[in-house]
Amino acid sequence: MSTQTASLSTPTTARAAGPAPAAKDLSQQRQKEMLADYFEKLTRAKEAGQKIVYTFVPGNLNELIAAAGMMNVLPEINALQSGMRGRSGGYITEAEKHGHSEDVCTYVKCDIGMMLNGNIGPTGTKLPEPDLLLLSYTGCFTFMKWFELLREHYKCPVAMLHVPYQPEGRITPDMRKYIVDQLEKSIIPALEKVSGRKLDRDDLAARMALSSKAEDDLVAVWESAKHTPSPIDGYFGGVYYIGPIFSAFRGTQGAVEYYRELRAEVEERIRLGLGPVGPDGPIGPERHRLVVEGPPNWTSFFDFWRMFSRENAVVCASTYTRVGGLYDLGFRHDPDRALESLAEYCLGCYTNLGLPSRIDLLEKYIREYQADGFLINSVKSCNSFSAGQLLILQELEKRTGVPGGFIESDLVDPRYFGKANIDNRLQSYFQMLDARKARGYA
Amino acid sequence: MSAPTDPCAPLLARAEALLEDLSLHGVAAWKAAHGGAPAIGIMPVFAPRPLFEAIGVLPVNIYGGGDRVDVIKGDAYYQSYICHIPRSTIEMGLGGQLDALDGMVFPSTCDVIRNLSGMWRMLFPQKYSAYLDLPQTFEAPLGGLFYRHELSRIAAELVARGARPLDADRLREAIIVENRRRALLADLASLRAREPWRLKASEAYLLTRAGAVLPCAEHIELLEAFLAAAPERPVRAYDNVRVIVLGAFCEQPPIGLIRTLERSGCDLVDDDFQLGLCAIDGAIPLDEDVGDQSPLDTHDPLDALVLSYTLRGQATATRYIADGVKGEALVNRVRTLGAEGVILAAPSFCDPALLDQPMIEQALNDAGIPFTSFKYAENSAQFQTIREQAGAFSDSVKLWGAA
Ligand code: SF4
Ligand code: SF4
Repeated sequence: MSTQTASLSTPTTARAAGPAPAAKDLSQQRQKEMLADYFEKLTRAKEAGQKIVYTFVPGNLNELIAAAGMMNVLPEINALQSGMRGRSGGYITEAEKHGHSEDVCTYVKCDIGMMLNGNIGPTGTKLPEPDLLLLSYTGCFTFMKWFELLREHYKCPVAMLHVPYQPEGRITPDMRKYIVDQLEKSIIPALEKVSGRKLDRDDLAARMALSSKAEDDLVAVWESAKHTPSPIDGYFGGVYYIGPIFSAFRGTQGAVEYYRELRAEVEERIRLGLGPVGPDGPIGPERHRLVVEGPPNWTSFFDFWRMFSRENAVVCASTYTRVGGLYDLGFRHDPDRALESLAEYCLGCYTNLGLPSRIDLLEKYIREYQADGFLINSVKSCNSFSAGQLLILQELEKRTGVPGGFIESDLVDPRYFGKANIDNRLQSYFQMLDARKARGYA
Repeated sequence: MSAPTDPCAPLLARAEALLEDLSLHGVAAWKAAHGGAPAIGIMPVFAPRPLFEAIGVLPVNIYGGGDRVDVIKGDAYYQSYICHIPRSTIEMGLGGQLDALDGMVFPSTCDVIRNLSGMWRMLFPQKYSAYLDLPQTFEAPLGGLFYRHELSRIAAELVARGARPLDADRLREAIIVENRRRALLADLASLRAREPWRLKASEAYLLTRAGAVLPCAEHIELLEAFLAAAPERPVRAYDNVRVIVLGAFCEQPPIGLIRTLERSGCDLVDDDFQLGLCAIDGAIPLDEDVGDQSPLDTHDPLDALVLSYTLRGQATATRYIADGVKGEALVNRVRTLGAEGVILAAPSFCDPALLDQPMIEQALNDAGIPFTSFKYAENSAQFQTIREQAGAFSDSVKLWGAA
């Protein structure tokens, strides 16, 4: 999935382009340490006899993987990091030279290109090869093709978890049962076989309780943006905040502490009446409040962000930060119904919702976060997000009366980030919002 | 001396007229003749037609507008980097060409069709719209049961909208008729593979695609008539290269493109153009012994329908192949049919087909089977480059046995 955890990769690029948000905050420091530690463990995983599972962000079964004694590697995150580190263009070209079409998802090609170039991860060391590909098939069909391609290369086992789609935004008992049955009969046995040990169900429940605590605090952070001025940027800044919970740390004490600290910092910002910190320092007085649909661009992440921060435009809510779970709609991992709750988690990721539900959610965000604009960043790579976004645009304008903006870019293919063009469009859009405000439509 | 007449010509003309009936006049006529019974559109790739026929619903496979619909409104719904079929389908919907349909079923083919299902729900709220989640796990207690539930749900929703209740005897009957069609399609395929000059790929395409809009029994009549008359066709054998076309299972190439390939020195002895009608290998295993598939049982016709998909679904880009080997089915097909090469033809921006291609190419390389590839759109009008490419491919296969 087109997911981020920019935090995993930002330091180098961020330093080059300006300070990362809340760089001096305790939470930021903790996140860096958590990541460094995790990658260090990954580097030593094979010699330590640690089994490695490659899996995807949305619908990831992190608690289950950890309770089975295994570590995860998330290829989407490798791809976005390659994008932020300026490597993705070369990797994509490499994959295309090996016969991958220019038309398809660039996350896949970036990952394949990285693999063909020695699988060097964000910390500059080789990532361990997978012992299992855990294909949890949530929200996007490309995932299936992606792991078919990796299987060809690694020749390792694949465990498939087919997660049904929610066309009507409703989880039925049959959907839940189908997933729970797959977990019991297929996924858990596959994990046990590779790890060589029985799943510790008490450990699983304990991890889910930790997940739930962190999720409470993450939701408080997201919802802090309902304040005016918003203390956070819920898109560019938001991708940092979701880093730990969308990656390896959901269900860990580290994540609980990270989100507790982050929440405290954000609450302090509210108390002080401060707005978010942008790529070049604190953002000036909040001028526009936006909701954003669609993933960010990673190859020019800071340039993209500056196009907003320069205009004092703050994103108060984004759907992209919900691809790894819609916790603000009330979902929590539940230790008392571990597998059922994992099933509901997989089913409930944003891109697994039917288009009408996605529109309802965006409408809710526009109203509840009192946005004066909404913007769609339509990425070429991702049919899962992008197919239907023009209808989303029309429908939201109709329902809310709030004007929408539409730009096109890509996730990690630098060829599709037309900086001047996007900048011009955004400037015109912000001018239009200003003019509208001047006419009293705020 | 007058040229000998082709006894199959009227049958092919009828099939071509059905292809060109983009406003579905034939479907409207069927409805009128059946007291307004429902007709339901099915997007590619696959939904089991006997289920619909058993409840008195006419299933109509929809393949977009091809090259004969000017897309104006549809383009307003899609960015340039999304394939063509959803935009022409929306164009047809908004333009009233699909009015004869009472609803649409969107199988879980890809993200584009998945999202189109939600768009349809919003654009045509008065019509029935269903998403059919085909399983990607194929064990009977997992994907089998889930799929059974999906089929029962869709049938129940259609019954609530005026279809006949799902009844085991009628479903059994519909499966028997479908199996007859399947046998005839297999005969058609083997005639084409044996004597591609007697049944060209473009003709096989028309005959198969007629089944997209006809009730099964009528399609059977057409196929039987063709197969009976085919031996009498005045034909001349050509020394063409035998190729298989793969990747065109959803958005269809224009018929002109298929004919162009034929004119470039290729006999297309097999393809996946009409996968919606051919996605199951062999018969639906009604009352067959297929080993222990509990809790499903082939004596139950709905279970048999489920098992036909889980056990006999063809290897294709939209289906997870679990422990299978990518490309193996294609390589076997090449060997069985004595094909000399493969043309990988995918719609532009088609994620499933294009993501599959590197793996398929690897399998072909490993097996020493020559191939070439190109992309198309359903509304492509210029075939010259493709003709040259296919011509060069067939020449090189003829000369050196490799592209
Ligand atoms: S298509 Fe979209 S959701 Fe799927 S892997 Fe690519 S970027 Fe992620
Ligand atoms: S052509 Fe390909 S991408 Fe487009 S709808 Fe069909 S399967 Fe999906």
